Parts: sequence; structure tokens; C-alpha cells
Amino acid sequence: MTDPKQPNNDSQGMSRRNFLKNTGLVAGGLVGGSLFGGLITNQVTKNDKKPSTDTENAQHESYEARIFFSRNEDFDTLAAATERIFPETDVGPGAIALGVPYFIDRQLASEWGTNGHDYMNGPFPQITEVEQYEESDVDQNEQGPEAETKVPTPTPRYQTRMNRGALFLEGLHALQRTANEKFDAEFKKLEGAQQDEILDSCESGDIEIKGISSNVFFDLLLTTTIEGAYADPAYGGNRNMDGWKMKEYPGPRMSYLNDIDAEDFIVMEPESLRNYQGH
Amino acid sequence: MAVKLDKVDVVVVGSGWAGGIVSAELAKDGHKVVTLERGKDQTRSDFIGVKDELRYTNRYEMMQNLGPETITSRVSINDVALPVRTRAEFSTGTDLGGGSVHWAGSVYRYRPFDFEIRTKTIERYGEKKIPEGMMLQDWGITYDELEPYYDKWEKMAGISGEPDPLGDNRSSDYPNPPMQESPAIKLFKEATERMGLHPYQMASANMSETYTNPDGETLNQCMFCAFCTMYGCDFGAKSDPLVTVLPTAVKTGNCEIRTNSLVRRVLHQDGKATGVLYTDTRTGVEYEQPADIVVLAAFTFTNNRLLMLSEIGQQYDPETREGVIGRNYHGQFNSTFLGARGFFEDKKFNMYMGAGGLGGALSDYDADHFDHTDLDFIGGGGIELRQYGDGAIKSNVVPKGTPRWGPEFKDKSVHYANRSLIVWYSSTVLSWWHNYLDLDPTYKDEFGDPLLRITYKLTDQDKNIAKFGIEKCTEIMEEMGADIIDQDEVPDEFDHLYSGQHYAGGIIMGTDPATSAVNNYLQMWDMENLFVVGATAFPQFGSHHPTPTVAALAYRAAEGIDKYLKDGGGMLAKAKQQNINV
Ligand SMILES: Cc1cc2nc3c(=O)[nH]c(=O)nc-3n(C[C@H](O)[C@H](O)[C@H](O)COP(=O)(O)OP(=O)(O)OC[C@H]3O[C@@H](n4cnc5c(N)ncnc54)[C@H](O)[C@@H]3O)c2cc1C
Ligand code: SF4
Repeated sequence: MTDPKQPNNDSQGMSRRNFLKNTGLVAGGLVGGSLFGGLITNQVTKNDKKPSTDTENAQHESYEARIFFSRNEDFDTLAAATERIFPETDVGPGAIALGVPYFIDRQLASEWGTNGHDYMNGPFPQITEVEQYEESDVDQNEQGPEAETKVPTPTPRYQTRMNRGALFLEGLHALQRTANEKFDAEFKKLEGAQQDEILDSCESGDIEIKGISSNVFFDLLLTTTIEGAYADPAYGGNRNMDGWKMKEYPGPRMSYLNDIDAEDFIVMEPESLRNYQGH
Repeated sequence: MAVKLDKVDVVVVGSGWAGGIVSAELAKDGHKVVTLERGKDQTRSDFIGVKDELRYTNRYEMMQNLGPETITSRVSINDVALPVRTRAEFSTGTDLGGGSVHWAGSVYRYRPFDFEIRTKTIERYGEKKIPEGMMLQDWGITYDELEPYYDKWEKMAGISGEPDPLGDNRSSDYPNPPMQESPAIKLFKEATERMGLHPYQMASANMSETYTNPDGETLNQCMFCAFCTMYGCDFGAKSDPLVTVLPTAVKTGNCEIRTNSLVRRVLHQDGKATGVLYTDTRTGVEYEQPADIVVLAAFTFTNNRLLMLSEIGQQYDPETREGVIGRNYHGQFNSTFLGARGFFEDKKFNMYMGAGGLGGALSDYDADHFDHTDLDFIGGGGIELRQYGDGAIKSNVVPKGTPRWGPEFKDKSVHYANRSLIVWYSSTVLSWWHNYLDLDPTYKDEFGDPLLRITYKLTDQDKNIAKFGIEKCTEIMEEMGADIIDQDEVPDEFDHLYSGQHYAGGIIMGTDPATSAVNNYLQMWDMENLFVVGATAFPQFGSHHPTPTVAALAYRAAEGIDKYLKDGGGMLAKAKQQNINV
């Protein structure tokens, strides 16, 4: 078992948290050229440690900043919500320590956030018309040929003219509004249990959001939070590969040819895409 | 006005296995071929260094951009169809090599029963076994007739495998030995052997050893790198068109491949195809490519839509059950690949390693290998345990009853990350009068042409066969010793999720032009110089993954086209009237 790092920042202190982190941004022993050709021999061995270089342990200053959310308060709500969804526990860091809010911020600024590859032509049926479809949603995790490759959350049919970025803003504003109405306080300042209560009603579709039912937003938030915990650190989440360390996931590797028949579970120090690309 | 290009012998639309095989075979025969592909060019160097789960598995990097064009979907013939807008809901291949590049590579032939399912069902159980409204049809070709083409493809593609103990006649062994066994696969095999079943190592298009095919193309040994399904292989170790048929076609000097070429119409005059109209997606310039033969190999959705937009053949109408284009739409999705997931408290598996085609399988519940007299469905399927190699975003399964989020979810998802296995049933899917394809009345593509509309409703057959499979998989998971077993749920209704590219039908093969669109050379009954190649020809889904059958039929079509060109035309197979009460 690897020993998961314990996060030392508290869940509210996101914007003022310690900016220094060990980014591990260094190319390891993988030579880029060895990725080419059919020359791959059996050189990758269990628990391989890469030769350390001078910069490997250097502390890098982080330039992490919001590039999608313009309001502090929206970002704080997002951070608080992701931390309730994926909290810090004994097994390892939660969403904030993993950088999930920054991950989501960048995703929303990307082509995915603007639905650049999606069919966005009308007409868009109004919410009452699509409700029946949303209700018949099933858990993708349990169904379909590619169930194995799906994020384990349901994805209702996407039938809104809003792109994902707009949808997130509407959703977060709805969480803030509900916090004010119910508890007369900002979402990020509520007790965990109060935040959960709001997230629960969001999940069951009971919070009003213009143009969509709130469970659509919740599912998107949930999916994206989990992606942020475990996607390659290049995307801003999974800081220090701590998400991977937690579940003993090794990251991208060239070959398991020697290990595929190994009886025992093999724990490797994780490597990131940056290691893999070798520069 | 479209720019008119010089005429060629054959124009092929699509560069996946279907289009690639036809292009290579005809170019080798000396015919001048132009292959048109809507997506961009890609090569192996595009796949090196991009083992990025988010980008490929969760953001569908290699899948069709739905911005300009998608499909619409509804359940029943009276519903309004809605567009399927995101790639999470609809993913299908694009770019050079198509879906055949990011496929997994599990390899199965269909069974003799699959090809003669109607005849053999009636023989064994009587006509009453077939419910009203099920469009159960023989393929117009038998397993024995198709066997040489399967054999040819397996050798060309370098398939790794061992014989299925319950398998059918083979003219030769797989060209490559089976893949290595992992402990998870061993567990599956040992358990099922104890149960008296007949497990074997699933055949795969991932190379167990370096292999040079009869065309001289070399494929490398698979590294079990796990970034396989939904990825291109960075080692040239997964058989796909980019490392086999496409370079083979180009090397002859007879085949030109044009990427970024979106075909929008089949042109025709006096009952014969004259070529195709396509748009260069970079410039918007329209071209007319004249040809003696037009081959549609652009996967199920485009093949159907192009015929409909080009007004070729008679559109199927569910009210009258007449017409053939768009008929018998079906596929393996939603109600198939269901089974049981087991969680193991004291065992951890290296499931982060794997390959798309790595797995154990068994055929005891396949086709008509078991008696269906007292069963409320027809056909069967394979049972598989696959080891694809799970990414960290993917391996977040938790036992049922666990909350979807919060501390308990988190801790359990971490705990079980390397402790769960799934066994599923890859069952047949049959065709029904109410499941079909036509053009959508409302939604349009970027050129203003109507989108393809899918109408698809699950039936009792689908639910019953799924239930049967889930039970069998559960028994196996129990014998494997899982501590917690979660059964998949049988869906109540089609969920409008289109993934995995196991979609078929609409331009089906057969012997009777009243109930089929193409003959057993995939030549259109209504237009003798137009061939439609792909799973569109399946009258119903066989009991396994589709691609080897797509490939075998492509070889058969190529042989027919060569004959057609050499003989100066004519129908390659005779039409027969059939007696089908549908
Ligand atoms: C994730 C995944 C895993 C899979 N795993 C397996 C498996 O393990 N076993 C198995 O048997 N099958 C598997 N399949 C299915 C397999 O990929 C398909 O059966 C196979 O690729 C079909 O080949 P094809 O040539 O008909 O289509 P494709 O390979 O998709 O080729 C069609 C081509 O036509 C092009 N095209 C479409 N429209 C146009 C147009 N208008 N103009 C020009 N070009 C056009 C497309 O861009 C594409 O390149 C899998 C599929 C996916 C997506
Ligand atoms: S698992 Fe094997 S075939 Fe698949 S991408 Fe990796 S090396 Fe290629």
C-alpha cells in the first residue's frame, strides 16, 4: 500500500491556501524515442523508480488561477460543493486539496465547456417535455456495451440550449439562492449538513433552475468532480497525483507485458502524462 | 456547382475495416479506387504519448464531432424524436480508419445458427416460436459459405486466439497464439470449468506476438498498456485499417485516399449509380467523383442516411411494413452486455493493466447451443470476462446501496478500485417491425439536410434474454467467490445512449428483394453497381461482437465487385421469393 498524503489545507481556505506544492513536473527515465517503433522490449519492471534529477524535488510556485469563473463567490460555492461530494477523509485528500475546482474551471473554459463538439441546433423542447426522458434515465454504470468506460453517474439526455459553462453558472447560482432562502447565509459558510441538504434536493431535481431540471446540473457537477480527482494532473486536478496514489493507480505506462500474469497486486509509484511524454 | 473530377473504377465511402478491405482488395486486383473519408488523416504518431483517460474516454476525442451532424432518437413510432446532442450519448468513429481504429479488438465469428436463424428456429421449435412482429430472417448466406472470408480476414488481421471448445468448423487455426492469461481471467476459467462449462481465451486483434500478414504488413506485440478501447494503439499492436489494409491499398499505386471529404449524396441516373457528391470540410468546395461502382462503407448511420437523402430504394414504413431501406434496425446496446459485478474483499486485481481484446469467454449459452423450448426468447450469446485495463476515472464502482457521493462513496470507491470484476452476456438482438430508421422531419445538419431518425423500442425478447444472461453471469460470479454480487438491471426502456458502435441493419441482406435491400454480395437489388458494406447488412445481430462478420462480408463484397467489373455488370445473385409472415 502506498501511503496517501494527508491534505493539510482546510476545505474553506481554498483561495488563501498554500501556493507551494510539489508538482513533480519532471521527465523521468522514459526516453521519448523509446515510445516509437516496435522496439519495445520488456524493460519496464515492477516498482520501477526513475532516476531523480535536480529539479524533481524542487518546489514550484503555482500560477493556478480562475480562467472561467469571474465571481469569487461562484468559485467558492463550487469549491464547497465539490468538497461535500468528494470530501477529505482518512483515505486521502478531498476535492479542494486535489485541485478539483480549478480542474472544473478549466474544463468549462475549454471546448467541452462551450459544447464545441455537440449538436446545439434547435428546437429545444421545454423542460416539461423532456421530464419524461429524464425520469427514465438509467445508471450508465450498469448498462450498455461501453458501461465499463463510462463515468459512474447517469447522464440525462442533454436538451438545453445552454452550454455546460452557462449551465454551471445557473446551477451554482441556484445553490447560492437556495442557501440564502433556506438558511439565510452564503452556501460556502453553511454547515456541511446544510450544504448536503441543498445538494440532496439539487440531486433529486427539486431546486429550480431556468431551462433545466436541477438533477441535470447535479449529475454534471458530480461527474466532473470525480473526473477532476482522477484525470491526469495536466488538467489541474489530481494534484501531485494524490488521487491516483489513493487508489494505487500507476498512471500512463508503456508496458505491462511482464506483469500481466502476475498473481499479486502490484503497487507502482504513479507517473503522469508529462513523465510519459518525456519532456 | 460541384467540381467534376476524373472518373475512376470504384469510389469507396469510408475508411474503416469495411471500406479499407474493399479498397485494398480491389486495388490489388488492379482497379482504380478512390476512398473518401470525412474525418482527418491520422497515423500512429498521433497516438504516441496520449494515454489520457479524460481526453479519450470521457471527452471522446476520437469520436465524430456532433456539431455539424448527429442523429435523432425516439422510442415509439408516435413519439417526437429529439436530437442526441453530446458525445457522451452518441459516439461513433470518424477520421482515417474510423471506429475500426479505436475498437477493442475482441474477435468472434457468428454461428451457423445466426445466419439461418429463421429456418433453424422453425425446424427445432416450430413456427409459433417466432412472435408476431419479429422480423426474423435468414441472411441469404450460410456459415460455411462465409467461412473462407472469415479465415482470410483473421490471417490478414493477425488474430490471436485458441479454438473455442464449442466452436464451429474452421479451415485453419488463428494465425497467432492466444493472449496471456491474467489472474482475473484464470479465476473466471477455473470457476466455469468447475461448473462444467467450456471457457477459453477470447480471440483478440491485439497481437500476442509480432506478426507479418500475407500483404507484408507487420504488427507488433501487444504491451497490455490498457489505453486501448477508445484509443489508437501507439505500438502498432492492435490490428486496425491504419496498419493493415489502408497502407496495403495505397502501396498498389491504384488507390487514392482523400480525407476531410464528407460524402453527401450518391449520384445516379436511370437506375445506376454514377458517382458521389462530396464536400471538402476544410474549404467547403463541392466535388463530384464519378465512378463505375459506388461502395458505401460509412457505417450504419451514414450508409442508411445517404441512401435516403439520395432517394435510392424504397423507404421502410412501419405502418404497412413495406419498403426495405431503414428496415430491421437493431444492435447490441442497452439490453446487452449485462451481467453481474463481483466485489472481492481479500483479492486485488491488476485491472489497471489490460488490452481491448484480453478476456476469457465461453459459448455454452450461445446461439441455439441450449434448449429454448421452455425459454421465452430466441438465440443466445457469449459470456465474457474482459480485462480492458481500467483508468482511474473509470474504476469508481461501488456496491449497490452506496450513496453516489460523500464520504462513504469516496472511501468505498477507493477501497474497491482494484477489487471488482464483471462478467457479462453479449447476447443477440433481433429485429422488430417498429424499430427502424428514416429521415427526421425537424432537425437538420449543417447543410440543411435532415438528420437520420432512430426509432427503437425494447421488447420482451430483449428483456428476457437479458434476464437469462444476468442469472448465468451471477452463478459464475458466485462460483468465482465474490463477496458482494451486484446484478445489472434489465432496462425498462431504451435509454437513448449510443455507444460502442454495435449498430446494425437498415440495408439488410437476403434473397428476397421484398424483405432485403442487398444480396449476399452486398449488391443493391435496386441498383446493381451500388454496394453497401457494413453491419447495415445484418438482418439481426448475431450473438457476438460484429466486426469479424463485417470484415468477412467486405471480402465477399470485394470479390463480387471484382467479378462485376470483369464480367461487365449484372446481378451477382438471383432473387428468390421467400415466405415470411411478418
Ligand atoms: C469503443 C469501441 C469498441 C469496440 N469494440 C469492438 C470489439 O471488441 N469487437 C468488435 O467486433 N467490434 C467492436 N467495435 C465495433 C467496431 O468498431 C465496428 O464494428 C467497426 O469499426 C465497423 O467498421 P466499419 O468500417 O463499418 O465502420 P468504421 O470503422 O466506423 O468506418 C466508417 C468510416 O466512414 C466514415 N464516414 C461516415 N460518414 C461519412 C461520410 N458521409 N463521408 C465520408 N466518410 C464517412 C467515418 O468517418 C468512418 O471513418 C467497437 C467499437 C467501439 C466504438
Ligand atoms: S493494449 Fe496492446 S493493442 Fe491495445 S493499445 Fe496497448 S499495446 Fe496496443
